[in-house]
Amino acid sequence: MSLGVEYYLVLSALLFTIGVLGVLIRRNAIIIFMCIELMLNAANLAFVAINRSLGSSDPDGQLFVFFVMAVAAAEVAIGLAIIVSVFKHKKTINVDEVNSLKG
Amino acid sequence: MSKELIVILLISPLVGFLINGLFGKWLKGQEKLSGVLGSLAVFISLTCSIIAFIKVQGGTTLEGENGILYTWISGESFTFNIGFHVDALTTVMLLVITGVGFLIHIYSIGYMHGDSGYTRYFAYLNLFVFAMLILVLGNNYVMMFVGWEGVGLCSYLLIGFWYEKQSATDAGKKAFIVNRIGDFGFLLGMFTLFAAFGSLDFGSIFETAKELQPAADGMGFVETDNFKQIFGASTLVIATLLLFVGAIGKSAQIPLYVWLPDAMEGPTPVSALIHAATMVTAGVYMIARSAVLYNLAETGVVVAWIGVLTALFAAIIALKQNDIKRILAYSTVSQLGYMFVGVGVGAYASGIFHLVTHAFFKGLMFLTAGSVMHAMANELDIRKMGGLRNKLPITHATFLVGALAIAGAPFLSGFWSKDEILHSAWGGSKAIYIIGLITAFLTAFYMFRLIFVTFYGKSRVEPEVASHLHESPAVMWLPLAILAVPSALIGLLLGVGGHDSWFHHFTEDVFPKADKAPGNVILFMVISSIVGLAGIAYAWTRYKDRVPSDEPTNALQRLVANKFYIDEIYNTFIVQPIKNISHFLLWKVFDTLIVDGIVNAVAAIIRVIGGTLRRLQTGLVQVYIVSMVIGIVLFLAYYLFFA
Repeated sequence: MSLGVEYYLVLSALLFTIGVLGVLIRRNAIIIFMCIELMLNAANLAFVAINRSLGSSDPDGQLFVFFVMAVAAAEVAIGLAIIVSVFKHKKTINVDEVNSLKG
Repeated sequence: MSKELIVILLISPLVGFLINGLFGKWLKGQEKLSGVLGSLAVFISLTCSIIAFIKVQGGTTLEGENGILYTWISGESFTFNIGFHVDALTTVMLLVITGVGFLIHIYSIGYMHGDSGYTRYFAYLNLFVFAMLILVLGNNYVMMFVGWEGVGLCSYLLIGFWYEKQSATDAGKKAFIVNRIGDFGFLLGMFTLFAAFGSLDFGSIFETAKELQPAADGMGFVETDNFKQIFGASTLVIATLLLFVGAIGKSAQIPLYVWLPDAMEGPTPVSALIHAATMVTAGVYMIARSAVLYNLAETGVVVAWIGVLTALFAAIIALKQNDIKRILAYSTVSQLGYMFVGVGVGAYASGIFHLVTHAFFKGLMFLTAGSVMHAMANELDIRKMGGLRNKLPITHATFLVGALAIAGAPFLSGFWSKDEILHSAWGGSKAIYIIGLITAFLTAFYMFRLIFVTFYGKSRVEPEVASHLHESPAVMWLPLAILAVPSALIGLLLGVGGHDSWFHHFTEDVFPKADKAPGNVILFMVISSIVGLAGIAYAWTRYKDRVPSDEPTNALQRLVANKFYIDEIYNTFIVQPIKNISHFLLWKVFDTLIVDGIVNAVAAIIRVIGGTLRRLQTGLVQVYIVSMVIGIVLFLAYYLFFA
């Protein structure tokens, strides 16, 4: 017996929603960052589940996950570097206080 | 005659220009080298010209297909070639340009000694010779126009050669702008010819024109495959008159002569070469070249009248001038008028003959004037000279030769050429002849007034100038001596026999046959000589030992001394209105209100829009993200529920 694909998709949607809300609500740059990772992983879960449920012999969905993970790793490296330098500059990582680019 | 000869002839001054122009910086400090290079370039051209002249005399010309070097512009309905047309007329011009040009280059080596712009001067001078050669060598009106503009440019550059002097740059601009009016006429004339003949090649236009038959109703000509009457019966009249406007500008005739006296701001050798011997005669050359058209259109009478009026007018102004170069300048304008009388009454060979003799004696007189200035520390006012003949014997002798030649003293060159023109004018119109004769008297008078005041009488030279009065160095007086020979003798060599002279036979293939002027040639010569000598004698009685008064005594004299206020009239009625229109209408209204208004309005609109939109950019990342999320949700909703 196996779980239907719906369970995975619901879990994925929940994770994604948590991620979106986290990005929208939290002010701490690190937390926002983690929430973005959460959204990426929600997408990964959806990819894998749908690939499996379609029963295709091509591992396309799973392949995509690797791409997403690679991009996420790069993003983490750059993003954390930006946050570090913002902190050095502003002594804060509260995104509301980092608004000097406004028009 | 080979094309290669002509190419060498043409390219040599260009090479001289490029060397002096591009490497002038390295030639500084070796000004001798620079001057010798420039002179050598013209000497090569002179040699080629002599060879071409001999070959033309042997009966070989370079015309039509043979002369084409390469195709310059080629389109669906037209082709312009770079090609040469070398016949008797061309070689005469070539000899004048390179011959007088070479001597003036040599003279300049001495005259310009020590000038900071020495290499620049020779570069311009070589460029001028190159442009002038293009003008006379081209086998179509387009090439002629290129040369025409080229000499205009060089004239501008050389008039304003001493550009630190405000008056020199002003004179340069004046020459350029006035010439532009003429050039515009030349251009329109070319367009008309092209529209009518479908070509601008001398060969094809003149061939077609020779075949034209008068229309049955006596108005215009029968149209052929190669000729369309685009302006009805007066097509050729319009074309030739427009071309003549070009000649009026370039050759300084009424009403566009005003630039030439001011052009004397340039170095004196430049005045001799460009503003006496060669460039200003380009208009005469152009009309002589287009002789077929002028004969068909019968517009020569306009040319002759403008010419004779200019001759008289300029001679009258010259009577009261006290600036040695300006007297010569007005004299040039006056003599150019004579040439136009010649070509206007159909005596093309006589007009060109006067062009040749004038090139020698007027070139000579300008160079002697330069020699006087050289001795007098650039003094131009003849009232401050006097008695110079003992201090400057060679200058005095050569100037005397030139003045006798222009005054028409028997057997000197001007005597033959001027007499031929007057004789031909008698055949055209008695009135033109009479005015021409009066002008001849005035010419003799003002020229000898200049001589008596400058070289005779008591010395009025200021003491500090008098102490270094000296004859010019050999490099300067040798060209004077050489030029004096043709000034005296060229008439005897070429002009004896009037319409049967050597010169007329040499050029008879080029020009349409002119009717032989009526009357006894000898009688005309006697009359001209008497008039000329009378002018000299009258000058002797008045200025033998008298200085021209500083103040004009009556209204007429004041009018003449102020050059009939022509410059002032032009200034009031043309220059100032244009300035006012430019200032008030074009600048204050059009530019400030309309153009600036549109630009400022566009900027204002964008500023308002930008000011509103910039509030959206808060700098808060999460505001951006919210808007993004809302956007995505809206899109999703649209595709899920409505699409």
